This record gives sequence, C-alpha cells and structure tokens, in this order.
Amino acid sequence: MNATKHQTQNTKYLELSGLERLVVTPESNFINVGERTNVTGSRKFLRLIKEEKYDEALSVARDQVEGGAQILDVNMDEGMLDGKTAMIKFLNLIASEPDISRIPIMIDSSKWEIIEAGLQVAQGKCVVNSISLKEGEDEFIRQAKLVKRYGAAVIVMAFDEKGQADTYERRIEICKRSYDILVNHVHFPPQDIIFDPNIFPVATGMDEHRLNALDFFNATKWIRENLPYANVSGGVSNVSFSFRGNSIVREAINSAFLYHAIQHGMNLGIVNPTLLEVYDEIPKDLLQHVEDVLFDKHEDATERLLDFAETLKDQKKEDTVKILEWRSEPLQDRITHSLVKGIDTFIIEDVEEARLASDKPIEVIEGHLMIGMNVVGDLFGSGKMFLPQVVKSARVMKKAVAYLQPFIEAEKDGKQEFAGKILMATVKGDVHDIGKNIVSVVLACNNYEIIDLGVMVPPEKIIEAAVSEDVDVIGLSGLITPSLDEMVYLSKAMKKENLSIPLIIGGATTSKAHTSVKIAPNYDHTVVHINDASRAVTVVGNLLQKDNHIYKEQVRQEYDTFREQFLNRGKRKEYLSIEAARKNKYQIDWNTTEIVKPNQLGIQVINDFNIANLEAFIDWSPFFRSWDLHGKYPDILNDEVVGEQAKELFKDAQALLNRIIDEQLLTAKAVFGLFPANTINDDDIEVSIKGCHAELDSASHEEDVISPRPDTFKFLTLRQQLKKREGIPNHALADFIAPKDSGIQDYIGAFCVTTGFGTQELAQQFEADNDDYNSIMIKALADRLAEAFAEYLHKDVRTKHWGYAKNEALTNYDLIKESYKGIRPAPGYPACPDHLEKTTLWQLLDVENQIGVKLTESLAMWPAASVSGYYFGHPEAKYFGLGKITKDQLKDYAQRRGISEAEAEKWLNPNLSET
Amino acid sequence: MPVSKIYKEISNRILVLDGAMGTMLQRYNFSEEDFRGERFKDYPTSLKGNNDLLSLTQPHAIAAIHRLYFEAGADIVETNTFSGTTIAMADYNMEDLVYELNFESAKIAKQVADEFTKANPQKPRFVAGSIGPTNKTASMSPDVNKPEYRAITFEELRVAYKQQVEALIDGGVDVLLVETIFDTLNAKAALFAIEEVKEERQIDIPVMVSGTITDASGRTLSGQTVEAFLTSISHIPLLSVGFNCALGAEQLKPYLQRLSRETEFYTSAHPNAGLPNAFGEYDQSAKQMQVLIEDYLKDGLINIIGGCCGTNPEHIKAIAEVVCKYKPRKVSVSV
Repeated sequence: MNATKHQTQNTKYLELSGLERLVVTPESNFINVGERTNVTGSRKFLRLIKEEKYDEALSVARDQVEGGAQILDVNMDEGMLDGKTAMIKFLNLIASEPDISRIPIMIDSSKWEIIEAGLQVAQGKCVVNSISLKEGEDEFIRQAKLVKRYGAAVIVMAFDEKGQADTYERRIEICKRSYDILVNHVHFPPQDIIFDPNIFPVATGMDEHRLNALDFFNATKWIRENLPYANVSGGVSNVSFSFRGNSIVREAINSAFLYHAIQHGMNLGIVNPTLLEVYDEIPKDLLQHVEDVLFDKHEDATERLLDFAETLKDQKKEDTVKILEWRSEPLQDRITHSLVKGIDTFIIEDVEEARLASDKPIEVIEGHLMIGMNVVGDLFGSGKMFLPQVVKSARVMKKAVAYLQPFIEAEKDGKQEFAGKILMATVKGDVHDIGKNIVSVVLACNNYEIIDLGVMVPPEKIIEAAVSEDVDVIGLSGLITPSLDEMVYLSKAMKKENLSIPLIIGGATTSKAHTSVKIAPNYDHTVVHINDASRAVTVVGNLLQKDNHIYKEQVRQEYDTFREQFLNRGKRKEYLSIEAARKNKYQIDWNTTEIVKPNQLGIQVINDFNIANLEAFIDWSPFFRSWDLHGKYPDILNDEVVGEQAKELFKDAQALLNRIIDEQLLTAKAVFGLFPANTINDDDIEVSIKGCHAELDSASHEEDVISPRPDTFKFLTLRQQLKKREGIPNHALADFIAPKDSGIQDYIGAFCVTTGFGTQELAQQFEADNDDYNSIMIKALADRLAEAFAEYLHKDVRTKHWGYAKNEALTNYDLIKESYKGIRPAPGYPACPDHLEKTTLWQLLDVENQIGVKLTESLAMWPAASVSGYYFGHPEAKYFGLGKITKDQLKDYAQRRGISEAEAEKWLNPNLSET
Repeated sequence: MPVSKIYKEISNRILVLDGAMGTMLQRYNFSEEDFRGERFKDYPTSLKGNNDLLSLTQPHAIAAIHRLYFEAGADIVETNTFSGTTIAMADYNMEDLVYELNFESAKIAKQVADEFTKANPQKPRFVAGSIGPTNKTASMSPDVNKPEYRAITFEELRVAYKQQVEALIDGGVDVLLVETIFDTLNAKAALFAIEEVKEERQIDIPVMVSGTITDASGRTLSGQTVEAFLTSISHIPLLSVGFNCALGAEQLKPYLQRLSRETEFYTSAHPNAGLPNAFGEYDQSAKQMQVLIEDYLKDGLINIIGGCCGTNPEHIKAIAEVVCKYKPRKVSVSV
C-alpha cells in the first residue's frame, strides 16, 4: 500500500514528521540527527535529567534544532534513571515547544518498554532506534509489527543471535536477513527501514580494527544497491573514539569518515556538529594521514597518523565567532538580515557601505532597504513574522533612513518614491493611539508615506490635511464610544466637501456592523473597517492598485449586504418598555442583606504611589492583544504559532517595565471616595457627601466660593430593555444599591486612577530616537499599569477602606478572573456605556484638581492610561452588558439628566435600538 | 477477505457523504424529557445535548435524518456516534452504554441504507461508522502550568476506541470514519485499535481518515502541517484521507489541494457551510456551497464529498446534483 506521492513505483522515500514533514530524498543530501539529548552520550544532559532540570534539558534540544538537526535523538537509558518516566516526560515537554517538536523524534533505547512508551506520546512519525535480531526472530517480528502499527520508521542494528556484525560479510548477511523478514513477513514498508551497520573506532592500534571504516563503507554501498529503498545510518563520532582529547585530529577523522560514508550511500547519521571540521578545510597533510587510516592504505597508517597527531596536539583550535557568521555575507543579505531580525547594531555601518557604493543616497532606500523591507512584508503577509517583529524591523529601517536623510538633503534632487500616502488620525475627543501607531508602522514598513495627525484631531483638520497633502487613504482610529459618532460626523463632512478618498475605520469599539450601518451610508465612496494591523496592508494595497474600482465595488456590496442582514436581525429582537423593564428589575432581599459601613467615608488621595507594587496585578493578555498576538497569558508564551514572538515581546516589555520601576519614569496617582448612597426612582443613585470629609479644602478649589458643592450627587444608571426569558431580570446598576424607601442606609464608592503621567514624554523621546517599537510599548504598558492600579486599589478598598472583604485571599489570577465580591464598573463600558457619568464622577471626587486627570470634550480621560469608575460592594453585584435601549428610556434619561433628547441621543447612540 | 463494494463504486464516481447530524437534530428542538425518553426518565445526570443517546431514545428521528440525506442523494451516511466512546460519554456518566449506543446507531443507519439500496440497486448506499476525536487530547496538556501533563493516554484511547470500533462493526457499518482529528495522536490510537480488531477478527474494513485544519495557520490544533499530518497517518491502508469541519469549502481548498497532490489514497472533504457569521451561525446557502464544491470538482480534487457543521439535506442535494457531472479524482492505488 502506498501512502503518499513520495512512494510511487520507482521512488519510495523515507518520510517522517514532527509538526512538519521531513522527506529523505537523494537530493536531501545527508540527514543530520541531533544527539545531545542522549544521557549515554552527554554528561550534561544526564545531569539535567537526573536533577529534573527539564527547562535546561529542553534548551539542549532547542540548541540542536537551531543548530540544524533534522531529527532529534532522545535517549534515557541510564541505570539510575526511571527511563520510561523520563522519556514520557521529556517527549511530552517537547510536544509543547513548537520550535523543537517541528522536527521528528528518534526514540532511542535498548529497552522495548521505553521505546513503546515514547511511541505512545508522539503524534508525528518517529524513528525507533533500534531493533535487531539479537533476541531472535520472534521478538524481532513482534517489535517490528508494533513499530509499524504505531506508524514509525525503524533503525535495524546489524546484530543477531550470534552478536554484533564486525566484518563486511556479517554486516550484509544480517542486514539481508532482517530486510527479508521485515519486507516479506511483516510487510514493513522498505523505505521505512534504516540500517545501522555499526561504526567502530579506527586507529586503535589493533589489527582487527584496521578494516573498521572500509568495511562500513562497503557494507553501506551493498545495502543501498541490494536492499531496495532501505536507508543507512550510523553514529559517526564513534569512529574517532581513540583520539579523544585531540580535537583537531578527532574532527578531521569524523569529517573525512562522514564524507566518504555519504559517498558510499549513508543518508542519515548521528553527528555532533561541534565535533566536525569542514571537509575542505582539513589541512591537506592531515587529511592524507586520516584517509590512509580509513581506507587502510598502509600497514603502518595508524602509526603515521599517531606521529603526525603529536605535532598538532599543542595547537589550539581558534573559536570562530559563529553567531556573527552572517556578517560575512554580501551587503544586501546583511541589510536584509538586519531588517528581518530587527538588529540595529550594524545597520548604520552597512548603510554607509551601500551609500558609498551607490550613485545617489536615495538609491540605498529605494534599493537595499526596500528589498529588505519587501522580504519583511512578504514574511508578515504570509504569517511567518508577527507584529512585534515587524515593528522592530521598522525601527531598524527608520534608523537607516534617518542616517541617510542628511546625505539626501545635501543632494537636493532625490526624493523617496512611496507606494502611497496615508493620513492617520485618532478622532476628536479621543486620546488613544496605540492601535493607530501600530497600523502606521506596519504601513510605513510597506513603503507608504504616513501623515500622522496624532490624537484628538478635529474633522476640519483631517479634511484640510487630506486635501493639502493629497493623500490616497484616510485612516481613522478611536477607542471610546463617542469616537464612533465623530467618525460618522467626519464621513458626512467628507461627502459635503465632495471628497472621494477611501476611508478606513479601526479601533477597539469600532466594528464592521457600526461601519456598515452608521458610516458607509453617509459617504458615496469606499469605507472599510479593519480589525487588525495585518489586514491594513492588504486593504490599502487593494485600494491603491490601478484597477481598484472592482475592489471598491466589492467592498461596497459586502457592506451593503452586511448592513441589510444586520438590520433585519435587529428587528427580530423584542424590547420591554422601560416601565416593564423596571418592574422586572433584579431583586435583592434588603432585609436579610448585611450592609457593611465603610471604615472611612469621604475622599482620599494617593499622590505618590510606588509602581513596583503593581507588577503582580498586571493582566497581560490584553497587552498581547494590543500587539495583535491573540491568546491568554501565560499560555500564549507557549503558543504554537505566536509563542516565540510572545516570549520575545514579553521579554522586551519586562525590560521596559523594570526601567519604569527603577527610574520612576511614570507617576501613579489615585483619588477615591466612599459615600452613603441609596437608589431613588428605580434607576438613580443618590450619593451624599454630607459629613464625610468630601467638602474639600477651598485652597485647592477656588470655584467653591462661587458655586458651593452640593450635598448630594446623582448617578444615573441605564436599564436593560431586551426581553428576557422568564425569571431573568432586566439589570441596572442601581439594583445593587438599597432603595431609599427601604429605610436602609447603603454605600457606594467612586475612583479614578492614572499611571499615565510621563507616558507622552517618554513616547516622544523614543520617537525622536526613531524607536516606534518602544514608543508603542510604553503606552501599552502604561495602559496595563492603570488597569493593574485599578485592580490594586479595588482590593485595598475591599479589604481596608471599605473593609467588607477583610479576609479575602485571592491570587492575581483570581483577580483577573474577577472572582472577588463586588464590582468596579467604569463609565463607557458595557454595564454603563454612558460617558456623561464621568462628569459626575469628576465633580464628586474633584478629580482634575486632586490628581490632574482631565476629561476631553468626548469625555476620554487624559492621560489615556487612566481608569475611573464606581465601587459596588453588594455580594450579588455583577457585571452585565446593557445592550440596546429604546426611545422611551432615552426620553426618560434626557429628562433625568436635564439635557435635550437630541443631546442624549448623541451620547447613547451606540446603545439605541433600531426600533 | 471479501473486498468491500465501496471500492468498486469509488473507482467509478465521486461518492457523496451526508451533512450535519447536529443541525438536523436542532430542528426537532428536543427537550430534556425527549432526550431521556422512558428508559432514562430517572437518570441522575442531565442528558440534554447528548445527541448520541438519541439513537436509543429517539431512534425514529435519527432514521428520518438518515433517510433525508439518502433522499438528497448521499451515498454514505455517518452513524450518530461522534461521541460514542467511554471518554466522551463520561460527561454524562454513560460509559456503560457505549457498546449499545454504537451498535444501535449502526443498525439504524444500516437498515435505512439497505432500504435505499433495495429500491435502487444501481446506487448502493453505505454506512460509515463515525469515530470522533473524543473531548481530550493525547499530545497537549490542558494545564498550562504543567506542560508535561496529559489528561488522557494513548492506551486509554486505544481501549476506548477499540470498544467503539467493535460495536460499530457488529452493528453492520461498511466503513470506519476517523474524523474531525485535531490531535493526530488521538487518531493514531484509533487507527491502532482498528488494526488490532482487524487482525483479531481476520477481517478487512475500509477506513476513512479526516483531519481538521483549525484556522488560517493551515495546521491541525496539535500543530501539524497538512503534509506532516498525512505522513503521520499513512502507515495503515486507508480508503481515503481528507479534511472536515472548522472551515468552509472556500477556506479548505488550499489544504485540500496540498493533500490531493501528496496522497495516493482517495481524498475526502466535508467542510462546514462557510465560516460562522458574527452571531455564530452558518449561513452559507446550498447554492453558494454548490458553487464552491464545483470548484473542487473542476480541479479534480475529490473522491468523497459531503458537509459538516451547518449543512443540511439541501446542501447535500445541491452537492449531489453537481457531483454527477464530474469525474472523480484520479489515483493509482496499489492495494
């Protein structure tokens, strides 16, 4: 039965697999088996396994793969070890390391039970090393059948009941007999048979060893010619065993032996690459002596080699710096290597060399650097590079361009040719720019010129710049919900101005639904929503191609269809009137509820907080997400696809985080308060500051003189209106606070934390240094620290300041999973999407005066790395999503808020149902 | 050993496999009581969602669905045994019922198939015993902090699969279908068990293998490429190798092309009805899927074609309509 096309009539090739496939064809030269993960061959590996240092043992395996091993030999045969357990554990660990398990495993043991244990934990097609006729035919057949059933290839030792083959005749006799049994009796695929005809040491001084190499060569040749499709392998280092301690001679013997063994047909082998000299680089005189021994050319070949070896013993072999091997490659390759690997150490020196060799400095950008960046673009496009790597590449590119700039300007006639011009902006009222910056960097890598207008850009400015700069595409970004309206507004303004520039929409709250329903209909030209940076390149590429009308038409149709489907869908939903929804509110039995009075009522300010305390509270998963690496931390570090990148990114993040902590680069501040509160009129929460240290000293608050602070504040909550199944309530946050008419005094908290002061300055420093990577990194980290601070403070409030959870003992993992009692919802998020609530929070806590965090006109917080919200302490309080609300609640809300319906509609737009 | 009739059929034409069982069962909207039936009225575990159990409690519904697919033009239907191992049934404390579930499911399907074959002997119908991946993985750890840990061993899988295979064969299936393979090691345990049963009973039964490429990375969940997957399961004689689930026909095509180029086995595909939309539903119509499948046929990629999640008899009918216009993919199998 033939399995794959590599096994047709005349060509049956050995095929193996790890996560990837390995086909051993005549063209694949010689398959190198890594042998350092073998306790019998490596003292270091044995020690690591004995001491259960599996992490280090894994890095031994990784070094083998990185060093070019195509199969990994694993051997745990040691008297002091439980070989079976060690084999299972190590192979299981390898399976979770995709960079190692990429290649097939060779399960190496003299004990069948260890081999079988190994076969049971490897998903790929392995090699069993080894079976033989040593214990007789029955056992040989039994094992071979099982090997076949487990789906592995097999190494057959030239060994039989009488012993190990040590002559040419014995080698071919045993191999022939084994082959016939396997092929004719077991029906073992012949291409899956690998013979090991025994490599024995040469130059031992004993006469019976003189033919050791030659017999091996000849037996190999015979096997390859007479046993169809069978392969030959061997442990090479053994041949030079008698020259241990003389590495020059030893390496020469290994290389020369390997060279000739391959010539004779050996196509796999276990070789320690560090014990191997390049055949062509063996000094001619030494090579002559070695080959005389291998081919038994003279009676006294061994003595001559020994004498010659004495003269070499003192020479120390120079350690060439292997890591920098790529530095000796041609100029273009070096530049490409620097760009692909994101190495900036040599880029200036290489670019200078390129400049001197070019007619004009601009040619270095258009030639050398763009060739390299195209490689980066291709790798990214095909999923072989990940976002953080690309941003690093961009950093190298920017450094190179910055170096060339003065030369280009001096010439005055060179101008870089770009593939297109893209305007990027975070819309008015919004300060979030991590995603926008990432997309800018990725597009810049693909040779687009980026006009970045920054954050909080008013629509007039966007349109003006788009026209004056004659851009090809406008990219809009925003994170908070009011930004969605800004985008709608801009699309209308663009139509008014008769623009036809394609509009790209991106950012956390944006969606294809919103884009197709609310934005696209306003603008007669292309509007596309993009949810990750990698798609930006494709979309922009399509938009800027010559015949782009087809693509544009496709996009429009796609969005039209999507809109129709979406709208039809919306109509199917049923909503309750706000009265009915209020009747179906979440019921808490206040008579049996124990309400804990906060230990300290009133406002407290934390002005100088040590950021080091926050490290343990960081939820890293969103950090990776901001770099388009998707997966949960810490699993993501071992993810099969993005794991390597995630690790790298995490390392860089840790480095910057340590700097932030050590050099106190960011300032963390917080203001929070705990107050008596009760629900009134179903959905409002009345907060009283009377007599609870919330009056604030007037010194810091001069306006007080003119408008004294009221005694009470009112939080307005919104209620779910979607019709629920019976027994499921329509939630509003107000349900978690005792109603005033119950006569029970309840409490609520409010907070604002920031870790954003210092971020902008640092980001600017990095940008000035052409280091977008760290500029994005510092913002992403500041965001995480703000969330961590919110988590930290919430815990402090629960356990100390409010004190309702004094005995809480939760790990950071539990915190991220939010397994604690009570919630801290934030305005702008699903439970309370109303951003206007922030104005109440700001008044209540006097946030801006106390810690300096400001609100923009769209009510985004500045600095961006800030979090604000409420504290609800009731054990049944939980997060929920408001979902859509209908007109009646909108009307009611506008009255409660004291604003016009139109104004209310503007703020709550994303949550208004279509009906 | 008699050579299965299916070899003759598959060498002449493209065979049509059925579509989703789950999608069809949803239409019945069975309640907890319906799932329990009289027999499991007082069973201590909640049973709603145990679709395999319906072969015992709602056998007519299962037979009716098989019938709909045969009427739509399917040559092969899959037994309602996707979760029919002690491992998957542990969720419902129903390990003891595994033999019966598989045996009865096979019988139901076989009976319907025989009706159709009798009515039209020119188009013999076949039953494939569906062998799912179980809900545990042998080559991945469920615990990130213990990468060396495994929730299931090869040996446990082998024993469980062997029981399922024996019951399916006893119930009369024509083919075994090891499908939705997200971890190749699980599949290798199933193939190991099948080989054991074949040897012990001195029988031959055609085996289909169908892997799952989980996303655009082009790999199985356990990380293998198309080629590595193929190499890892090609050590035993197979009727066909292919892919199903996770992707729609369009997304699956590049992987099918690679597979088709590389294997000398017959090829199969049963893709989903497109990718799920933003609301988790499959909305690719029969007509849309037909166009995509016709693309496979034009390129000669396929010997067996059907549907997975989201497909229904309309999809299968549309596929069957277009299939008869094309020649099967050519292979030179040397059995």
